[in-house]
Amino acid sequence: MVAIADAVPKPARLAARFRFILDRRDVLGAIMVAPAVLYVLLLVGVPFLMAVYYSLSAYTIYDPSWRFVGLSNFVDIVENPVFRQTLYNTFIFTFGSQTLGLVLGKFGALVLLRPFPGRKLVRALVILPWAVPIALATVAWQWMFDSLYSVINWTLIALGVVSRSDAPNWLGTPHLAMLSVIVVNAWRFFPFAIVIFLAGITAVPQDVLDAATVDGAGFWRRNYQIIMPMILPIVAIGLVFGIVFTFTDLSVVFLMTMGGPVGATSVLGFLGFQTGINSGDVAHGAAISLFMLPVLLVVVVAMLRFIRRREI
Amino acid sequence: MPRATATRVLQETSFYGAVAFFLVLAAFPFYWMVITSFKSNADLYSVTHIPFWFNDPPTLEHFRYLFDKTLFTTWLLNSLIIGVCVTAITLVTALPGAYSLARMTGRNGEALGIGIFLTYLVPPTLLFLPLSRVIAGLGLQNSMWSLVVVYPTFTIPFCTWLLMGFFKALPVEIEEAAIVDGCSLFGAFVKMAIPLSLPGILTVVIFTFTLTLQEFVYALTFISASDQKPITLGVATDLIRGDIFYWGEIMAGALIASIPVAIAYNLFLDRFISGITGGAVK
Repeated sequence: MVAIADAVPKPARLAARFRFILDRRDVLGAIMVAPAVLYVLLLVGVPFLMAVYYSLSAYTIYDPSWRFVGLSNFVDIVENPVFRQTLYNTFIFTFGSQTLGLVLGKFGALVLLRPFPGRKLVRALVILPWAVPIALATVAWQWMFDSLYSVINWTLIALGVVSRSDAPNWLGTPHLAMLSVIVVNAWRFFPFAIVIFLAGITAVPQDVLDAATVDGAGFWRRNYQIIMPMILPIVAIGLVFGIVFTFTDLSVVFLMTMGGPVGATSVLGFLGFQTGINSGDVAHGAAISLFMLPVLLVVVVAMLRFIRRREI
Repeated sequence: MPRATATRVLQETSFYGAVAFFLVLAAFPFYWMVITSFKSNADLYSVTHIPFWFNDPPTLEHFRYLFDKTLFTTWLLNSLIIGVCVTAITLVTALPGAYSLARMTGRNGEALGIGIFLTYLVPPTLLFLPLSRVIAGLGLQNSMWSLVVVYPTFTIPFCTWLLMGFFKALPVEIEEAAIVDGCSLFGAFVKMAIPLSLPGILTVVIFTFTLTLQEFVYALTFISASDQKPITLGVATDLIRGDIFYWGEIMAGALIASIPVAIAYNLFLDRFISGITGGAVK
């Protein structure tokens, strides 16, 4: 070591000094986390601020002017009945599919909790709707809802529920179309809810349940007065994910109904896409997308509070 | 006595009825994918045939058409390239980042970690407009490389959070011992922490890959050239001529793209859940 240091004194000392700095926990820590933080800042933080500015400007892809127009874009869209319909649809879509998904998830978890032969295989198959890329699963549903060759209608006709002449046109009738996209989204979400419920229920200590049983609590009582309150935090996190991804969804509606018929299934993400990308009216598109923000903020604040409470 | 047996039989029947209900609900669309992709067109487009099974013998014509007459193999390759590049970018940034947040930055690191994770919740439908301008500025519009640039915006936050949990679960003594033995701080990370968290790294690789396969919104927004599409976008939007859907081909493509993701999810489900709930479940 000494001989080497004598032969090339300067770079070696510099290297030693550099190593010394790198052995400081805070310095190395900052260097190591920098790439991740920079990436996220540049491609999430900056675009987010750009979106806010777009919504206050007159920017279109044909006329990329950054002229500031204040809140006039927001006034325009709020006055537009199509937008009000869309906002209402988004709430219905989110509320409907989350409620249906949670109910299915809760009962699915109860079923999968009990050991039975083939449970592993059943669980693997039940997870599928959530695992498989939603765009591909949605296309499969679109085919099942086909106006002419719908397997659902075929079954209904075969069972004698409806006649061939007035078989429902699932994606072509406003209320049925909304029902269809809600069902598909709930279907995508319920395995996730099952998994979340299962994770929570298996984490409940057995002695607590035994104590409750000894004290005379029956099945339903154990379920709703012991297990439910104990797993609430986990369910809350699952719900946060569900709400955020449903409220801002675009793929299901885009592939199944294109927002139709006549705007009956248009949701915020879809209208933002139509306006901002397809029509090139970036300013109004950004303003529409930003309407998601209040809901997201509420959800995120709830999540932060939960994380903090868990750590104390 | 017979009455008790009757009650049990009833209970068992309703239990297995519930199992069957969930099984059919979850799996039927995939059964439908399989059936459709192997059916001949004459069998497929008939309102009188019983649709649940093969009335004509099963055929491979849709798969053959998919591979010979469409860009399916190109999409497959695009998805593979995108997945590999995004995974590489994610590992290079998220591994040191997560280690730093777990070990070196203390209380601030905790807050920063939560901050990074929250960006995972910023939806594509809020960012696609500005990002499409950024992509245009980079000259990447209509190119699959735009997705390589954009996908890390959600894989990095997610994987940093997941890896943070793994690093925190490692006993800190091992790294301390290495440092006492003359290892540098960074050396301890490379030689001790990384080999010990290989299961975590594998989880991250699998999930980064599946997240890139599942993504649809950015791909739809940035890419309209057929030969640049990833597989999910290609199958969902490109097998349609005018008003005619090539259902056999679409379902065959969806089936091929779904299988690897479905397997990966089932193998790594438990780790995914403990990651997503922030270790709230042990």
